[in-house]
Order: sequence, then C-alpha cells, then structure tokens
Amino acid sequence: MELTVVKERKNKQAEERSEKNVVYRTKNLNLWYGEHHALKNIDLDIYENEVTAIIGPSGCGKSTYIKTLNRMIELVPGVRTSGEITYRGRNIFDKSYRVEELRTQVGMVFQKPNPFPKSIYDNVAYGPRIHGIRDKKILDEIVEKSLRGAAIWDEVKDRLHTNAYGLSGGQQQRLCIARCLAIEPDVILMDEPTSALDPISTLKVEELVQELKKNYSIIIVTHNMQQAARISDKTAFFLNGEVIEYSDTDKLFSNPDDKRTEDYITGRFG
Amino acid sequence: MAMTDGNRSYSVRDMIKENKKKQNGQQFVEWLMPKFLLLTAIISILTTIGILFTLLFETFIFFERVSIVEFLTSKEWLPWDEKTGSFGVAPLVTGTLLTTAIAMVVAIPIGLASAIYLSEYASEKARKVLKPILEVLAGIPTIVYGFFALTFVTPLLQKVIPNLGIFNALSPGIVMGIMIIPMVASLSEDAMSSVPNSIREGALGLGSTKLEVALKVVLPAATSGIAASFMLAISRAVGETMIVAVAGGSSPVFTFDVTKSIQTLTAYIVQVTTGDAGYGTTVYYSIYAVGMTLFVFTLAMNLLAQYISRRFREEY
Amino acid sequence: MEKLIDKQRVVQHMNGRLLRNNVLKFLFFLATLFGLIVLVVLLYRIFTQAIGWLNIDFLNNFPSRRPENAGIKAGLVGSLWLMVIVAPVSLILGVGTAIYLEEYAKKNRFTDFIQTNISNLAGVPSIVFGLLGLTLFVRELNLGRSVLAAGLTMSLLVLPVIVVAAQEAIRAVPNQLREASYGMGATKWQTIYGIVLPAAIPGILTGSILALSRAIGETAPLVVLGIPTFLAYLPRGIFDTFTVMPMQIYNWTSRPQADFQNVAAAGIVVLLVVLIFMNSIAIFIRNKFQKRY
Repeated sequence: MELTVVKERKNKQAEERSEKNVVYRTKNLNLWYGEHHALKNIDLDIYENEVTAIIGPSGCGKSTYIKTLNRMIELVPGVRTSGEITYRGRNIFDKSYRVEELRTQVGMVFQKPNPFPKSIYDNVAYGPRIHGIRDKKILDEIVEKSLRGAAIWDEVKDRLHTNAYGLSGGQQQRLCIARCLAIEPDVILMDEPTSALDPISTLKVEELVQELKKNYSIIIVTHNMQQAARISDKTAFFLNGEVIEYSDTDKLFSNPDDKRTEDYITGRFG
Repeated sequence: MAMTDGNRSYSVRDMIKENKKKQNGQQFVEWLMPKFLLLTAIISILTTIGILFTLLFETFIFFERVSIVEFLTSKEWLPWDEKTGSFGVAPLVTGTLLTTAIAMVVAIPIGLASAIYLSEYASEKARKVLKPILEVLAGIPTIVYGFFALTFVTPLLQKVIPNLGIFNALSPGIVMGIMIIPMVASLSEDAMSSVPNSIREGALGLGSTKLEVALKVVLPAATSGIAASFMLAISRAVGETMIVAVAGGSSPVFTFDVTKSIQTLTAYIVQVTTGDAGYGTTVYYSIYAVGMTLFVFTLAMNLLAQYISRRFREEY
Repeated sequence: MEKLIDKQRVVQHMNGRLLRNNVLKFLFFLATLFGLIVLVVLLYRIFTQAIGWLNIDFLNNFPSRRPENAGIKAGLVGSLWLMVIVAPVSLILGVGTAIYLEEYAKKNRFTDFIQTNISNLAGVPSIVFGLLGLTLFVRELNLGRSVLAAGLTMSLLVLPVIVVAAQEAIRAVPNQLREASYGMGATKWQTIYGIVLPAAIPGILTGSILALSRAIGETAPLVVLGIPTFLAYLPRGIFDTFTVMPMQIYNWTSRPQADFQNVAAAGIVVLLVVLIFMNSIAIFIRNKFQKRY
C-alpha cells in the first residue's frame, strides 16, 4: 500500500517535470500525400536540451515528420494533416499561428548543404536582416558569434565576404548551421545533415551537435544508426509511417522492446 | 544567450520579438505583392483579349460594307477604287502562301539537315561554335533581310532568270527561308537531342552507320517535335512582314508565278498604313479583316504545333 | 545447311553504306555552313555598301531628300527613347508575370490558361500587335504616334519572350534555397526578393536584353502605328512624335535612287552595331554568372 503511494507520487513528479520540459508534443498526427498515408497516429514528446534522433528505413516518414514540425511540409502540394502538434503548448496548426513565427523559433538544417549564393557574411546575416535587425555593429557581432557557435569561425574569418560556394561541403553545412543559429532559435531540426558529407566533416558536425544541445533542443533525422547511438539522448524508430518505439537511446539500442526495432538495429532490413 | 556590448546587453531573440511587433509594413507587402503580380499576369490575357476584340470589332464594321462572301470568294483585290472596288482576299492569300511555300522549300531541308548534323555528327566543340552563329542569323532584324533580298538576292536571281521582276515572290521567299533556318534547326535539334542515347547505342551496336541511326532511329523518334517545328516555321513565314513588303511588291494578283510581283496579307497592311487611306474608309477597315485572316491562320498553325508536340510526345 | 546471312554480301554492302554515310554527313555539314555563308555575304555586302557613307555626319544629320546629307540621328535617338518605355514596362510586366506563375500560382486551369495564352501570344505576328497598338493606344487612348504609344505596343510584343526567359531563370533556382529561407522564418516575398530574384537575375537580364534588342530591330508594328520616317527634330518627351532606325532604313530602302540604298546600308550598320553591343552585354552577363549553384 505504502509502496504504491510512493510510486504514484514519483510518477506524478516525473510527469510534472516532463510537462515543463516538453518542447514538442505530437498527438495522434496523421499525414497524407494525396492518397498516400505517410504518417499514422504519431504520438511523440520531445524534450528540452536533448538530442532526439529519428531513425528508420527510407520512406518510413522520418523526414516527413521533421518537416511537419516547422510546417515545411506544406510546401509540398496536396498534403493533408490531422491531429495536433503543440510547440511550447501552442498548436502549430492553429490558424492564428503564423508559420514565419514558428520557423523563427525552430531552425532547420537540411540534407544537402544549401548556402545562398551570397557571401559567407550575408548568409549568416540573412536571418537577422529579414527579422529587421539592420544595425551593422550588431550584425557583425551576430555573424561572429554564430560562426563561432558553428565551429567554423577560424576557417572563414578572413574570407567573410567571399562567396559561400567556395567552401567545402562540410564547411558549407556548418555555415548553414551558423546561419540557423544567427536568429537564436529554440529548437534546431536537422534532416540527415551529414548524409552528403565525408566522414571527417561528419565527425565535426556530430561534435557540434553535442556542443549545441547545451543551449538548444535538437531533433535529428538520420539514416545512420551509429550516428543516432553516438549523439542522441532519445531515439524514435519509425517504420511505414508509424512510431514503433521511442525511448532512451541506450535502451533502444541495447534492449529494444519491439521485435521490429531489434531487426532494424541489427541490420536485418532497412 | 545575451550578448554584451560595452554596457549594453541584448539578445537576438528579444530583438526579433521586438521587431515583429512593428512589422505591419511587411505584412502589407506580403498581402499586396501576389495581387500586384497577378495583375501583371492578367495583362498578358488582356493583350490577347485586346487583339481579339480589336480585330473582331473593326472586321465587323468592314463586313457591314463588304459582304463576307465577296471577301472569301472573289479573286480580285482592288481596294483603292471606292466605287468599283473589290475585296476578295484570295490574291493576298495566294501571295502569302506562295512566299511561305518558297520559304519552306529553303528552310525545311536546310534546317533539318543542320539539325541532324548538329545533333548526330558535330563534336561538342563544333556545336558550340555553330549554334551561336545560327542564333545570330535569327537575331538580324527583318528589315535588314528585306534590304538584302531587294538589293542583293533579286539582282543575283535576275542573272539566272532574266524575266524576274524587281518585285517578285521568289527572292523574299528564299530570304525568308534563310531567316527561318535557325528556328527549324534549333527546334528540331532539341527534339532530336532529347532522344535518349541508349536508343542510339542500341542501333550502333547492331552495326548501323551514323546515317542509319539518324534517319531510321532518331528521326522517327523525334517526329512530333520536328513536325511542330515545321508548323511554327510556317506560322512565322505567314506572319513575316518587312521582307515581303520590301521585296515582294504590291500587286495583289491571283497567281502562282514566282517571278511576278505579288502582295501578301502583311504587305497589304503595310501598304495601307504607310499610305494615306483615311480613318473610317473601307480601305482602313479592310486592314483589320486582313489582319484577322492573318491572325486566324497563324493561331491555327501554332495550336496545331502545340497539339502535335503534346499529343505525340514521345515517352522515354 | 544454307546460311541465312551471306557474310560476303554483308561486307560488300558495308562499303556502300559507309559511303552514303560520309556523303550525307558532308551534305549535312554544308547545310549547317549555309547559314554562316549567307551571314558573311550579307554582312560583307552591307558593309561595302555602307563604306563612304558612314561617318560622323551620318550620325549627326537628320534625314534629307539628298542622300549625301541624310543622317540617322533622329532614328538613333528615337530608338533609345523607345527603350525608355519598353525596358521598364516589359521588364516589370514580364518578370512580374513570371514570378506570379512560378512562385505564387497554384496548379489549376487558370494558371494553365495564362501559360498557354503566353505561348500563343508569342506566335502572334508582330504586325497584328501593330493593329492592336493603332486601335488601342494611338486612337482610343489618343496617345498619337508618340514614343509612349509605340513603346507600349512594343512592350506587349516582347512581353512573352521576357516572361518565358524569366520563368526559366526562376525555375533554375534550386528549391533548397527557398526552403532554407523559409526555414529561417522568412515570408514568401522576403524569400522571392532576397533569394530567388538575386539568383535568377543574370538569366532574366540575358533573356530580357535579347528581347529588347528584338524591339529595337522590329519595324512592322511601327509601320502600322504610322510612325513617321522623315523627321527633322528629336522628341523631347514620351508624348512626342518620333522615328526609329528601322523605320528610316525601311524608308531609304524603298527609295528608287541607288544612293539611298547605300544610305540604307549605312543605317543598317549603325543598327547592327547597336544590336551587337546589346547582345555582347547579354553574352557577358551569361558567361560571368553561369552556373552558380
């Protein structure tokens, strides 16, 4: 009798704590591309200052899900959703919620490095500028701080005004991360950020992710299970548009509950 | 997250939030631009409507004075005499068809041969040199071609055909054909280049010569694109004005003799508008009826070209 | 056993096939060269005729009844005046339409209709645009034979060319760049103005300059508008009457005196120099900014 009370209290505490720290709460999310049912009844809570990895075979909906979190998915014609995603307690599908506002809070790093055909400086300053920050001194400071934050400052400080296309692929990707940091987002979404990079650049980006989680909540989609195991705190395994398993990374990789998860992480398919 | 700058301290997040509040201007622009851009897009539709309305309206007035039956069936175009005048469009149509046919005799074989050479034989290097030259040919103003036809080609042809008139159908027809070569060549080449290499390799692997590949494999596969290019070329020749106005003459005669002076639909409009046919005369309205004929003809050719390339598009 | 294929005959046959291939290859090559040859003859003819007539006086004189006094000043200045209208009007309308179609328009019937309409408009003979301009601008809006009336007519004429060129340039901007911009919380117009247009501008400019050079060389619509060929003064504003180079060349070409043919040739040289200049700029822009992403 006593024991259950203690247990209940503990559960309650845990719930309260998690309630506070939940960044994204997904409830019964469904998504269709035309007739194709791409996400099915997704329920997922994402926590503050953690790295949440999303893994699964190609076509499982992991990219679709992460793009739904900042409503980037709406750029695809013929997309329909049902259910709810709340970001910091507010439903992102709410009519009064402007996507621009959401995306200012939630930065995104893409699969392929996609710097703008502008100078390194202008790439980083683009975000602050569109949000109305024009003061040259402040911009200089933001650019430096963001580039430092993305661990690329030392490599580019002498060529800030040269075209970003002169950088290597790995540098470009870190520049894109810097560009994202410049508007001080709350969450950073990363859609397979290292899939187009060589192993050394990949390592640098992974180290960076570890560093960034002190200040940001990071959600990273990856096709690379080792990467998920190395850098994430929690991992969600997607299969055919469903969340099969979601737990602490250590647990998921060492002792998965579901047979399908086990099959996937041991390389039996995918 | 706060940055310090001397004794100031601020955070980008707060600054952004602060700026958001005063962004009414941005929201207004965001609301306005699509509407403004839609308006610009609608101008192109209004242009078409304007053309149709203008032609229909003025042609209608013309047909109140001249019977449509006469316009379509009479073989005499004698507009200048108000009393005994006759408005049968046939001579202008034959003049137009005559010059167009000559132009096609020049443009189609040469254009297609160039396309085959560029697409099937030429090295990348040769193509890079030859294509821009063809483009230059297409960029020369038509008045220059008109001048060339009148002052060079006609005298040259007169040496071969002594009874060739100073104004005739042959010379402007040939020059018009030369002008259209780049169009046929480049559109046909596009069609041929889009035939996948695997098909060529398949044929070459059987021991075909390049010629056999070009004529028996690539050409049939690219037929629709090539046919469409011919339609567009015809439409272009029918609508061409300055070359025939300068070198074709102004004799609306129902004839198929290429050595004689003729008049095309376009050249008639030029003749009337450079002359002093007063506003409101039957002659004035006749240019709209002629313009309408021209418009219907070229539109039909263009639509046909679109239909051919859409209907018979090859799927690889 | 009887062989289905007689190797001997195949080999004999081979020589004929290869010969045919080589002969036709040569003919195809000649056909391709034909254009080049005509171009050289045409330029040679015109330049030799123009020599002796082309001098500073020719650039500085107004048209005259006497060929030795005739000049192209009114036409040259008039063609530049024409651009004052055509360049901004056709660029704003053309690029605006292209942005609308590529960035805003939904895939529906109306969009298809605009698109089809533009490609049909591109096939309408230029002289028909002249008839539209004569009725709408010269008469209905009572603009007369002014720079404005001619400029608006020419703008509509080159509009489809600019739209198509701008559409291609905008379409060539990779979607990733738009996504990156949206991902930072940029609005649609901020993305278009800050990312898409700067990336597309070289392509747009190249296509537009070529379209404008077409407007400079075009004659037929202006003939229909009734633009005069013989004008001894320069326009002072967009409501003034004016003439352009092609109109003057047309006029000189149709004069019976042989000397006027040489004047026409001189006029053509000036026109071609202007066109070559514009095309060089277009090629320069194309080469300088080619393939940046």
